[in-house]
Amino acid sequence: MSVKIGLEIHCQLTTLRTKLFCPCSSDYRDKEPNQLVCPVCFGVPGTLPVLNARAVEYAIRIGAALNCKTASETSFYRKNYFYPDLPKGFQISQYDKAGGMPIAYDGYVQLERKKFRVRRIQLEEDPGKLTYEGTIEKSSYSLVDYNRAGIALVEIVTEPDFESAKEAKVFLEKLRSTVEALGVSDGELEGAMRCDANVSVDEGGRVEIKNISSFKEVEKALNYEILRQSTFTKSSDNHVNETRHWDERRSITISLRLKEGEQDYRYFPEPDLPAVVLSEEFVERVRVETPEVPEARANRYVRDYSLTAQVAMELSRNAALSRLFEETVAIHRNGPDVANWITGESRAEVQKTLMGPGRETLPRRLAELLAMISQGKMTRVQAKEVFRGMLAKGESASSLAGQVGGVVTDEVVIGEIVGRVLRESGAEEARTNPKAFNYLVGQVLRAERRADPRVVAKLLRQKLEPGDNS
Amino acid sequence: MARLGPSVREAVLRVGAGELSCEEHVASRLERMPRMDRDVHAFLHVAGEQAVLAARELDQKVKRGEKVGRLAGIMIAIKDNICVDGMPATCASKILEGFQPRYDATVVERVRREGAIIVGKTNMDEFAMGNTTTTGAFGPTRNPWNLERVAGGSSGGSAAAVAGGMTTLALGTDTGGSVRCPASYCSIFGLKPTYGAVSRFGVIPYANSLEQVGAFARHADDLRLLFEVISGHDRRDSTSARERGTVEPPAMKGLKVARIREFFGEGINERVRERVLDASSKLEELGATVEEVSISSLGYALAAYYIVAMAEASSNLSRYDGVRYGASLEKGSADWNAAFAKTRTDCFGAEVKRRILLGTFVLSAGYYEAYYLKAQRARSLLRSAFSRAFKKYDLLLGPTMPTLPPKVGERMTPLEDYLADVNTVPANLTGVPSVSVPAGFADGLPVGMQLMATHFAEETLFRVAGAYEEVTA
Repeated sequence: MSVKIGLEIHCQLTTLRTKLFCPCSSDYRDKEPNQLVCPVCFGVPGTLPVLNARAVEYAIRIGAALNCKTASETSFYRKNYFYPDLPKGFQISQYDKAGGMPIAYDGYVQLERKKFRVRRIQLEEDPGKLTYEGTIEKSSYSLVDYNRAGIALVEIVTEPDFESAKEAKVFLEKLRSTVEALGVSDGELEGAMRCDANVSVDEGGRVEIKNISSFKEVEKALNYEILRQSTFTKSSDNHVNETRHWDERRSITISLRLKEGEQDYRYFPEPDLPAVVLSEEFVERVRVETPEVPEARANRYVRDYSLTAQVAMELSRNAALSRLFEETVAIHRNGPDVANWITGESRAEVQKTLMGPGRETLPRRLAELLAMISQGKMTRVQAKEVFRGMLAKGESASSLAGQVGGVVTDEVVIGEIVGRVLRESGAEEARTNPKAFNYLVGQVLRAERRADPRVVAKLLRQKLEPGDNS
Repeated sequence: MARLGPSVREAVLRVGAGELSCEEHVASRLERMPRMDRDVHAFLHVAGEQAVLAARELDQKVKRGEKVGRLAGIMIAIKDNICVDGMPATCASKILEGFQPRYDATVVERVRREGAIIVGKTNMDEFAMGNTTTTGAFGPTRNPWNLERVAGGSSGGSAAAVAGGMTTLALGTDTGGSVRCPASYCSIFGLKPTYGAVSRFGVIPYANSLEQVGAFARHADDLRLLFEVISGHDRRDSTSARERGTVEPPAMKGLKVARIREFFGEGINERVRERVLDASSKLEELGATVEEVSISSLGYALAAYYIVAMAEASSNLSRYDGVRYGASLEKGSADWNAAFAKTRTDCFGAEVKRRILLGTFVLSAGYYEAYYLKAQRARSLLRSAFSRAFKKYDLLLGPTMPTLPPKVGERMTPLEDYLADVNTVPANLTGVPSVSVPAGFADGLPVGMQLMATHFAEETLFRVAGAYEEVTA
């Protein structure tokens, strides 16, 4: 069975803070309906769009990260159709035919050994939102909220290069981490990244699935559709082009319309917006100012801080964790050490702290903690406890150090414990097997968590020396 | 007819010196307005109270010794497709009945800032689609010179208000001749500025790539003053031009004028031809050299104009669906599509529907290349022909309208109607500035001479129109 999947992703530029053609706030989530509107995005007669220059920069950033070529001149087109959520009766978008030129085109994304081609990247405005009383079918009226109308969207269209739902999902996840790393979108926000998918099985008809609300659903919808179409292949009825809707609740796709009578959007150049010239200097400046994407960052971490590829990638995928790592390692210059603490067992708490007020001081506090460990002022076991306290309470390592007690280095005290552990666990294997030796160290530390591990190891080694029978 | 009278600059000086009470002046003119406008019907909305209030504030300003603006106390009428905060803006269409924008168009903001008194909103062809001001939903405007005749269009209300002495200045819009045609028919000065010279922000669009806000006045110098006030870059209109250095306009003596042969050809009224040739001789007497030239690509102008204008119009007018403003959707419709169709069927007039249908057609898949793209190619052909002509000549000359104003209610096919725009559309297609200058009368009806200059050479037009006015008025 051969499967071909193409994706069309709409990504809101949430970090832009304003809409694409007017200065209205784009922070529409959880807001009262129709509050974030002005005459421009409400389509009041006589108003004119003014292009947000930063949106163009953001689209160029995405294009560059997806290895696209950037147009030297780009223009906007009107896509005409009637719908109550569309205030002007047309959407200002871009077009790649009849002389139109999207901002970026002909790119690719490399996932392991395979390249997935990106056809084009363009800017357009989001329409408003319709809400119904109950379900679409049963509602006797619909309400329109224009808060979302005019929000900047970047549309990313791929070639049909995906051969499984899994590949599509991996691509989408990578895309999400990319736009986050580029600082152009928070893909985690509900509705910030939406996906349509084209699927055809065994050279059959092209089916477009619309309205997939999250990437998790994309994989489910695609798997369903592949199964549905491959079943049809056997019954030879799979040569229709159609548009289907993903019904999340029932986990099936439903036919919306056949493609034969496809809607004619009557594209033509938007006369209110002159073509935008993207000079080489401008594009170069945008590239220079573009934050690095996860792969580039991970490579740098491996090279400059001797992290393992896996840990480097784990950090790089998350912009906040990366920042914490870099700010901490600037003070405490032990990359692997810093990385292990951040991605270790307290990772969830670290991420929570990075969302709160303790974010600013965390690098300094973590560096202080690591310094105390390396200076022998605290054991690792103690430090773990201090770290958790630090994250929860926002205090410094030194102020919490007192609560875990000092480090015990007294050889008499530790010697007693070592003796007891040896009596209980036996010493034979530990003489030759390092694992058994480490086990014994652990046993001693469990009995006295303040014990300096270096002293413990020294005493254990002494006691295990042949001939010492005390 | 008040052809003469003081210039705006003189009047503003008197207002600034406190020699004239604006309030009294405005109130007395407004008082006479209903009688004057009863037969002409230039206004769709008279803003009497707001005008008197603004005049009173201005008087107080003068009393306090404050500096007044360049249009202080001057009455100005605004075409009903230009938004004025707190006044209706219907575009003479039922579909916008009840719509009151809550913002000022940039041009309105600018005339207000200079102390002009806005007296009301003027009649027009529905959505500016026409050259007669008879297609609107609220009745026709008649020509103050002859009430049986049309005032021209689509800015007929503004032109008639100025010609009929109901206002000193007026603003209109010119998409294919909508300022120059009524200026010609009403024997006043009318300017279509260079595309991009004046902001379109707040202008309810008919065809965005062609139209500009234009000015009406009884004197060439008043026209210049009004243009100076409304022009200039506006960041709210991305097609508005950045500030540019002024070029010294040529002197009257040695001015190089080209009379365009195509403008005097087939379809022109003989009497109109005579008047405009007379006017052309007058320019020669003033020192200009006039030659005849032919620009063959003008043959494509009318077709190209109507294709582009209708295409843009079909899209611009999509927003009138009854959901957000103006006419409202009927309750209980089966679905929104049926409801939209009903609103649009009931509330748009015949000419508007015709242009929406034709515009939709020329943008449709399979026809886009054959019509829209071809029209754009014709447009660039014409643009290069014009730029070649302006390398040689300072001005292009012809009649503004090929015929005299038709009678109100005279039956014409749409095509006959469209043909009347043949001389005015080239300036819109190429973006060059153009004025219509009163050039006398034929059979008791006004004739207008059209002058076109190269981009941003409005000053040349004002100079020549002014010199001509001086020797003929």
